[in-house]
Order: sequence, then structure tokens, then C-alpha cells
Amino acid sequence: MNAARRFDWMPLALVGAVLLAALPLVGSASTWVTLTVAGLAMGMMVYMMASGLTLVFGLMDVMNFAHGAFISVGAYAAASVLLALHGRMEQPSLAANLSAMLPAALAAIVLAGALGLFFERVVIRPVYGDHLKQILVTMGGLIVCEQLIHVVWGPDQIPLPRAASLAGSITFGDVAIERYRLLAVLVGLAVFAAMWLLLARTRIGLLIRAGVENAEMVESLGYRIRRLFVGVFVAGSGLAGLGGVMWAMYQESVNAQMGMQMMVVIFIVIIIGGLGSVGGCFVGALLVGLLANYIGYVAPKLALGSNILLMVLVLLWRPNGLYPVGKS
Amino acid sequence: MLQRLLSGDTPRSRVLAAVLVAILFGLLLTPFVFPGTRSLDVAAKVMVFILLVASYDLLLGYTGIVSFAHTMFFGIGAYGVGIAATRLGPTWVGLALGAAAALALSAVLALAVGLLSLRVRAIFFAMITLAVASFFQILASQLSWLTGGEDGLNFRLPEVLRDRLVSYYAVFGVVLALFLALLRVVNSPFGRVLLSIRENEFRAEAIGSRTVFYRTAANCIAALGATVAGILYAVWLRYTGPDTTLSFNIMIDILLMVVIGGMGTLYGAVLGATLFVVAQNYLQDLMKLASAALAGVPLLPSLLHPDRWLLWLGVLFILCVYYFPSGIVGKLRAGR
Repeated sequence: MNAARRFDWMPLALVGAVLLAALPLVGSASTWVTLTVAGLAMGMMVYMMASGLTLVFGLMDVMNFAHGAFISVGAYAAASVLLALHGRMEQPSLAANLSAMLPAALAAIVLAGALGLFFERVVIRPVYGDHLKQILVTMGGLIVCEQLIHVVWGPDQIPLPRAASLAGSITFGDVAIERYRLLAVLVGLAVFAAMWLLLARTRIGLLIRAGVENAEMVESLGYRIRRLFVGVFVAGSGLAGLGGVMWAMYQESVNAQMGMQMMVVIFIVIIIGGLGSVGGCFVGALLVGLLANYIGYVAPKLALGSNILLMVLVLLWRPNGLYPVGKS
Repeated sequence: MLQRLLSGDTPRSRVLAAVLVAILFGLLLTPFVFPGTRSLDVAAKVMVFILLVASYDLLLGYTGIVSFAHTMFFGIGAYGVGIAATRLGPTWVGLALGAAAALALSAVLALAVGLLSLRVRAIFFAMITLAVASFFQILASQLSWLTGGEDGLNFRLPEVLRDRLVSYYAVFGVVLALFLALLRVVNSPFGRVLLSIRENEFRAEAIGSRTVFYRTAANCIAALGATVAGILYAVWLRYTGPDTTLSFNIMIDILLMVVIGGMGTLYGAVLGATLFVVAQNYLQDLMKLASAALAGVPLLPSLLHPDRWLLWLGVLFILCVYYFPSGIVGKLRAGR
């Protein structure tokens, strides 16, 4: 394999093309900006939820259908914290709101991460290397988690009012942008930057990338790929929890099925990106988010099928996804 | 005679044979032994799910591929009959047209999905079918001018089928015939190739079986089986809606039935479907009693709440996959 492989710009060019093509179709520049920010925000949230799943698959060849459970659990954990701190959420100052949202996000990451650790140990470890059993067992795990959420938090959906300082939108001239979406884009970019730095600039990142390329070789060089994998799995679960919180606050409610509903979009994103590729997952999430918003505005009837259509088109162009990962 | 009928695939366990005979006669005699709407409904649902689960087992147990689109084909069958009956009125022509259109659509869709994704890997197929099925579910609830949206369709059938007894035995006959046909399929040379693909795809390909062809064919047969099950369910209920035929919960139910009954044995489908549907209808009453009895204890009552029965089945499901991959049937056969 050529180490100095040139970076593949085509998928990024595709995102650019979508952005440009949408401008004349949408018609007005101010609407286009609003839709673009909305699409980016959605893409970032989906990216947070999907990145862990795709990395786990790339590293250990494990497809975890229960990933959606981490999303729901994270959202519920955060909802508990936010409801307890609702006084701080109602104050109009951003600092007070953040002092409630940060602990909530932390609780989500910790609880989802802990659940991930438990899951890796108890549920997934006995079925390494057997895809069929992985799918079945993790589906079972998803069912049990969903039901346990009902037991702990009750069967009804919990409304989650948005923080006072993040409600409403900012206007520049005639462009209106929802504040919460800006926050989502910022958080998503921060996560992406942190992940990129970790993967590209640290020793652990080097090992992870090497593990995705060839796990046996990394093992034989004396590194314990298992520990690395547990770490990645827990981090991915925590990220799913964070994504769940962001999504729940965006939807302003929490229910036990949200994880399962998001799984469909997440699968589409990681298939588009190429199974195992974090960069592909990022580009895929952006494409899905942007297209959903543009098409929802231009042709609402088509919006439901836009994800599937995108997936089919991408697979016809590149059958292994935008950024195919070496081993397959 | 019996050997030929069962395609040489006998239960191979006395207990299993006794249970199967009991289920067969139980279903045959339900209208006389347990008259009443509820027991008749439960029995009809058991039969429809036997066919649905048996056709799914062809994919999961025999070919070793996981599909999440089985409810989609189930729904296509039910909606085919439903839409035809509402548009064309309660005639035999309408019923036949609806059924034929549903079968054709299912075959084409199964072929397309199979060719698009079965060349790659099992996991890819599972993800793509999940996406396609959820898209189809949204489609059915959005096209409300055609499908009745969330409310579904209530429709009338030809005079003869309105008699409960006639439609019950029509369902019985079709399910029995198709079950025996599926038994024939899995015990034919074709079925052997499917098994060889499940065991070792690489070797099957090396021996000269074109695995893509066999997998796609299995996918199509399973899809047609599910479509017929959908048609029967619509004929029995004279209603179809997203929650009764398309919802993801039904997909989960099917998975539970196949795994608990026993993957890779069609008799497992019979046991799984019967146990599950009966439990679904009667276990909840039991749990209600248990939950009320434990009212003072913390947490236990909410764990035993009747709505939480899926929790326990989920745990059972995971344990089955780990410890009894061949389910109840495998257990019975091993312990004869």
C-alpha cells in the first residue's frame, strides 16, 4: 500500500457541489444560509453519534446494533440532570445555562461510556469474529436497554425545554440563524478537531490507525490491541451519549425509541462514508444533514427518501463508500 | 407417506414430535375446542407468524444472513390486499390482483436489494435492509391517500371469506401447505447449498456454487413467504396498518421467535411462533398478577409490569444466542 497516498479530494468536492447546486434551487441567499447552518448542525450531531460506531467497526470488525441504546441512555441521563437544575436553565444568561448543560453533558458521556464498558465486557466479547451473532446479540442488548430505560425513567417521553439564552435566533440583516444550531456546529467542530488531533498527532492515534490497517501486526509489535479497543469502544459510546444529549435538546424531548430511530441515519452515514473511516463518516454526515435540509425546503415530498437516494447514488459511484478502508 | 410429506426431515425427538402434533391439532381444532373471538384470533395469528418466521429462518438459520426487511415484505402483502380491496371492492378479482401485485413487487424488491448488497458482506446487508425497511415504513404512513396513513385500511372481502370459520381454515390450509413446501426447499440440494454457504462461504464458492445467486434466491423465496403471510394476515383481520404489519417491533418479534425456537430448524419456527404469540397474549395477565402481588417491594413491581415483558424476552434472547444457538428444538433433539 502506498504510504504517501494523495488525499482524496473528490468527496469534499461533492459537498461543495451540493452547497453550490443548492443555492440556485433554494432561490434566496438568506434562506440558503439558514438551511446550510441547519444542515451543518444536523450533520455535526449525526457525526458525533456515528463516529464511535465506525471506528469500532474499523478497528475490531464489530458492528454494534446497540449503539442507539447509548444515544438514548445519554439523552436520559442528561434530561435527569437538566430537570434537576431547571432553575439555571431558565435564567437568561448563557453562563448560568452552561453551568447546567455542562454537568448534563458530562453525566451523559460518563453514563453512556460506562454502559459501553459493560457492553463490551459482557455482551460483545464472547462473539468476536462472528458477525451473525454480533448482530443478534447487540439487537437483544438494544431491546433490553430500551426496556430498562422504561423501567428507570418511565414509559412517557420527557419534554426538555431549551435553555433560555439559546432559544430563538440571531439575525444578520435578513438571515436568521437559530442559536442552538450554532452551538451544535461549534460542539461538533470541536469534537471533530479533537478527534483528528488525537488520531493524527498522538501515539495512541497512531496505534489506532495502525490497528485499523492491520490489527495482527500491531499485536505482534507488542501492543495490546484489546486495551486500545476497549478505550475506543468506551470513548465511542461516550460520544454517542454526547450526540444523544445534543439531539435531545435540539428535539426538545427525550424518548426511549430515539436511539433506534437515529440508528437508521447513522447506518446510512457510515455506509456512505465507508465502513471504518472517520473522515468518511464526517463527510457522509455533512452530506446527509445538508441534503435533508435542502430537499426538505425545495421538495418536501422527496425529503423522506433523500437519505436512501443519496446512499444508492454514492454506492453506485463508489461501492465501498466515499473513503474505503484498506481491509475489507 | 409421512416421510415424503416432511421431505425426510422428521422431528428426530419424541418430545418435539409430540409438541408439534399437539400444536397441529390444537390449531386444527381451535374453533371447536376454544370457541370465542380471542382464542380464534390468537390461533390465526400463531399460524400467520409460523409462516412468517419459517420463511425468515430460511434466511437467518439456513443461509446465515440477517435481514431487517422481512416486515417490509409482510407489509407489502397485507397492503397489496388492503389497497386492492378498498379500490376494487370486495371481489375475488380484486383479491387476486392485489395478491399478485404484492408478490411481484416483493420479488422485484428482494432481487434489487439482494443484488445491490448481498455481494459484499452479511453486515452490509443487515444495515441496508434496515434502512430500506424504515424508509418503506415512513412511505406507508405518509402516502395516506393510498394506504390510509397511520390509521391503516379497513376493507371488505368477498362474501365467502367473511365467514370466520372459512377464513380460519383457508389460513390454516395455506400455512400448512407452504410450511411443507419450505421444508421441501431446505431439504433439497438447493437447501444443502444454502447450508454450505452458511458454514463456509469461501469453500462453497470454491466448490462451484455461485453464492450471490443462491443468497439472492433465498432472499427472494423468503420475501415471497413473508408476502403470503401478509396477505393471509390481511385476509384474516380485514384490516392493515403500519403497527400491525410494518412496525419495527414486529421485526424484533420475528427475531425473538426464530432464535428462541431454534435457528436452522423450521420446526423451531413453529415452536417459537406459538410460544411467543401465546405468551404475548396470556403472559401479560400473569405478570400483572405478579406485579400486583409484589406491590410493596421497590423496583420489582416495575420490572414485572406487564408492559415490560419484552425485557425478559430480550434477556432470554441473548442467553439463547450464547448458550442455545439451536434454540428449543436443538435442546429437545440433543436430549432425546
